[in-house]
Amino acid sequence: MLIKKPADLRYSEITPKALYLNRRNFLAGVPAAFLGARELMSPSARALAGTKFPNVQKSKYTVGDEKINSYQEVTTYNNFYEFGTDKSQPAETAKNFKTSPWSVSVEGACAKPRKFTMDEILALAPLEERIYRHRCVEAWSIVVPWVGYSLSVLLNQVQPTSKANYVAFETYYDVKQMPLGPRGGLPFPYVEGLRMDEAMHPLALLSVGMFGESLPPQDGAPVRMVLPWKYGFKSIKSLVKIKLVSSMPTATWNAANPSEYGFYSNVNPKVDHPRWSQSSERRLGEFRKRPTLMFNGYGDQVASLYNGMDLKKNY
Amino acid sequence: MLKTRWAKALAFAACLAPIFLLAWRAYTQHLTANPIEFITRFTGTWTLRFVVFTLAVTPLRKLLGMPDLIRFRRMIGLFAFFYGTLHLITYIWLDKFFDTGEIWRDVLKRPFITAGFTAFVLMLPLAATSTAGWIRRMGGKRWQLLHRLVYVTGIAGVIHYYWLVKSDIREPAFYGALVGVLLLYRAAVAIRNRKPKPAVKRAAATS
Ligand code: HEM
Repeated sequence: MLIKKPADLRYSEITPKALYLNRRNFLAGVPAAFLGARELMSPSARALAGTKFPNVQKSKYTVGDEKINSYQEVTTYNNFYEFGTDKSQPAETAKNFKTSPWSVSVEGACAKPRKFTMDEILALAPLEERIYRHRCVEAWSIVVPWVGYSLSVLLNQVQPTSKANYVAFETYYDVKQMPLGPRGGLPFPYVEGLRMDEAMHPLALLSVGMFGESLPPQDGAPVRMVLPWKYGFKSIKSLVKIKLVSSMPTATWNAANPSEYGFYSNVNPKVDHPRWSQSSERRLGEFRKRPTLMFNGYGDQVASLYNGMDLKKNY
Repeated sequence: MLKTRWAKALAFAACLAPIFLLAWRAYTQHLTANPIEFITRFTGTWTLRFVVFTLAVTPLRKLLGMPDLIRFRRMIGLFAFFYGTLHLITYIWLDKFFDTGEIWRDVLKRPFITAGFTAFVLMLPLAATSTAGWIRRMGGKRWQLLHRLVYVTGIAGVIHYYWLVKSDIREPAFYGALVGVLLLYRAAVAIRNRKPKPAVKRAAATS
């Protein structure tokens, strides 16, 4: 008789993705006395250390029917060029990124410009969990349970004036903390921009966390934008400055290569990137590609923002 | 030492090392969150590396004074073809899932794929005529001329790489420099040999 020994089974075969998640929750609950031992664990396990948010509400902007990607996938596969151009690098090189104290300056064409500390940002509105599809311009995608609230909440605080036609965003940059930054071939600090109506759209999320806890550095800690109907690079990370301006601001990738990355960069299966097709995408964890949806599936909500615009020209 | 049977077996095993590394990473779940992309890049990088190794054999024979290195050139070249084939299979099967329409559109429309495709197609006749029998049948001169296509494969491979990166050009620039030096070496040798030297007939400067 043949008896298969348990040792023949690999761990991955017996640990479904959902359990990874539980294991992480378990880790988060380990008492502080254990913290010392946690330092000894592998880097990926250490990156699991996030602060759990106590009262996260459900949101109507959540996609209901999609399988969430694992924490492991979302935290080890990152485009964050300040921390290296290889997608596995930021999980390592951003480990000690200092995200406290932190503040975001909101300035420009507004009545009440000011700085917001991280504590103030966390208290401005109830935190919501929003499960969004996230589509990278490189034709891969993930589904992430973000935590945050609409950017409009923050912008309304400073009372934008009628001159505020656009919003310019800026990522923190410090070569000492981001020594790989200068090698990436992009000018930093990383900047991005939105039209005012895009920025005020309720889907435009100011995110402070994911998977119920604060953001890990490689995913843009401590506060970032998430724009689910646009390619990922529009969703700027580790935000330090928001400026309300009258004319179209510079956006890093758009400036680096205008024929490949447009200012709008709405997900559009009909407009190819010159080097690859945008008609389909690989959802991480899936084998076959799936078709890409117009506006990444958020057309019902955002298509009206672009009424009358030629999206082939304004890509 | 290079002449022994063992040296060849050892070199063969060394050329297979990347495959074992890939298998090990697959077994230990270290293919990143996007394994198909990882395998595509891994096999692409090793194809280019083996093209560079192939191009390095002739200069190294001279520089190191180890003419016997020639015994390994065919094997190294065929391994370049082997990794190139794996790279192509990864693309056709894992990436495009045999969608021939999509593949041909890629080859014709996307310059970086066109370059990679060119680099690969040019390796086909070289792999096919790699045996001693073919050298005899074609004659050394013509065989050598045909096998200079590997220069084009090297250049097209670098262009393929350069065109596919988004902003960080350090890696393609590094391989571009290697291929550049190896080809310049040949150009320099060719120019020196062409200089008429009536007094000494440098006949049959075999290479
Ligand atoms: C029919 C032929 C070929 C096709 C369809 C092809 C396709 C591809 C694709 C789709 C990628 C990945 C791009 C990405 O991840 O963004 C890639 C990467 C690469 N390929 Fe090819 N390729 C071909 C031939 C070659 C040849 C002959 C070489 C070498 C001489 C080569 C060297 C590379 C290199 C170095 C990379 C990048 C690896 C990295 O990012 O580290 N490819 N190729």
